[in-house]
Amino acid sequence: MSELTAGGVVIDDTFAEAFDMRGTALVITADSAKWARQAATTMTGFATSVIACGCEAGVDCELAPAQTLDGRPGVRVLLFATSTAELQKQLQNRVGQCVLTSPGSACYAGLDVGEEKLKLGSAIRFFADGWQIAKKIGERRFWRLPVMDGEFVCESTTSMTKRAVGGGNLLIMGATPANTLAATEAAVAAMHAVADTIMPFPGGIVRSGSKVGSKYKGAIASTNHLYCPTLKGTVESAIGPEIGSVLEIVIDGLTSEAVAAAMRVGLKAIADLGPNQGALRVGAGNFGGKLGKHHYRLRELLP
Amino acid sequence: MSRLVFRLRAPPPQRIDLSALTPEALKGKALAEISALPIQTTRRSLTVGEMFDVQSGDLDEIVFEGGSERLDGVGTGLTGGVIRVVGEVGFGAGRAMLGGVLHIEGSAGPFAGSRMRGGRLEIVGDAGERLGGPLAGETEGMNGGIIHVSGGAGVRAGDRLRRGFILIEGAAGDYAGSRMIAGTLAIGGRAGALPGYLMNRGTILLAAGADEMTPTFRDCGTYELVAARLLAAHVEPLSARLGKTFRLPLRRFGGDLAALGLGEIFIVAA
Repeated sequence: MSELTAGGVVIDDTFAEAFDMRGTALVITADSAKWARQAATTMTGFATSVIACGCEAGVDCELAPAQTLDGRPGVRVLLFATSTAELQKQLQNRVGQCVLTSPGSACYAGLDVGEEKLKLGSAIRFFADGWQIAKKIGERRFWRLPVMDGEFVCESTTSMTKRAVGGGNLLIMGATPANTLAATEAAVAAMHAVADTIMPFPGGIVRSGSKVGSKYKGAIASTNHLYCPTLKGTVESAIGPEIGSVLEIVIDGLTSEAVAAAMRVGLKAIADLGPNQGALRVGAGNFGGKLGKHHYRLRELLP
Repeated sequence: MSRLVFRLRAPPPQRIDLSALTPEALKGKALAEISALPIQTTRRSLTVGEMFDVQSGDLDEIVFEGGSERLDGVGTGLTGGVIRVVGEVGFGAGRAMLGGVLHIEGSAGPFAGSRMRGGRLEIVGDAGERLGGPLAGETEGMNGGIIHVSGGAGVRAGDRLRRGFILIEGAAGDYAGSRMIAGTLAIGGRAGALPGYLMNRGTILLAAGADEMTPTFRDCGTYELVAARLLAAHVEPLSARLGKTFRLPLRRFGGDLAALGLGEIFIVAA
């Protein structure tokens, strides 16, 4: 069988395996883009993996004033968790501690349709200690909470989808850390343009990809030794001598189609950069196809 | 597409009740049946056919040509479609409306939009007293939808308003927004005395102030609130002027402290 390549980059004939998630979206606005960004960044902090963070969250896109309900700059944020109860808990805690507290912020539903509703303002409103005011405008209901810089406006609920997907991924392999990072950054930049997706790790990139289980009792995940370049030659390895660095991009999306679209544009960006300045090879992580119901075959996503 | 038209033959000899002439109530009725419907409010019987020249047509739009302050109950319980009145109407136009549009190209009598729950009531002229308000014995007034009055309104506009928007381009009488439970009342002209009297919650915008502010409201300061931006965006398609007013720096008065005290009156900051 001939080797798969794209722009001179070797593409493994494999697939990324991803899982069903619960997903929701918010729109955070503020008086300036700076403060909308700040609230969104704070709210999505420590939300890289459901393994230890409770949820995976990140910024989907920035919104111009004309695109938001209150005509101010905004940011759309996505959150994913493995259960409705956990997503509700994370949403309430993160909005309460990170958005309510941010100067000039307001918070609205960022997803119109979904199988269920999650409490947003209707959970946060009790902070107002009885001075909260509900306002129904058209079909939408908002809570107004008096706070020290004026009022915090928060929509009562947001929708939750059960069709969200977590764990789409690409493994980017290069000769040097610099080249690998360049290819991965190019992919992340391109993938940011795909709506309804986030890359929850720092800057969208994971350098410590993990496998399930560990030699140590109690650890549910451990380093993905098959892709650690410093171990190659001493243990079973998935990388050859030409690979000196591996980075991973993990993608969560509100739909499976969005995850596939993000992986497609990511692969194209890596191929466009080529092997001389970027990656030599791209693979994907899976568990043999037995754990996650969503399989994204790289062959089918090539540019 | 033709419309169902009721052309008034002559000024009504008594108050007449038009609450049965809605698209839903007339569905499946032949022209003869419609003409035979009773509309009298006194012991002297009066049918649709005696009072109106009826022109058959589609029920999606019903037109009353010729108005009178004796035409009561127009559009009562309207659930969808459009009713247009070319002229004035009497008591309780659009009472208990659930949906659709009631467009009155004249003035409306008292209790227009009373207990309305949805849809849109447009009054090109003036509205009488207790716009959107409850009748005696009822505990809530308007509970959803939008009322837009191009002219002014009588006393107690928005009495016991619970939800929805009442937009009055002109002046309003005394006690505007009295006993409001929630909802939004915006008045483009000057309001009479004691707006928001005994209101619990809700928002009143007085674009041109009031003859006498209610003493049990307290000045909370001047703000440009996010909530006012949301209200502006919702109001602007119907009233550019009131929408624009919501975007100005507004002085907030909280009250009525003689009641629950969670309501607010906005006036344009000096």
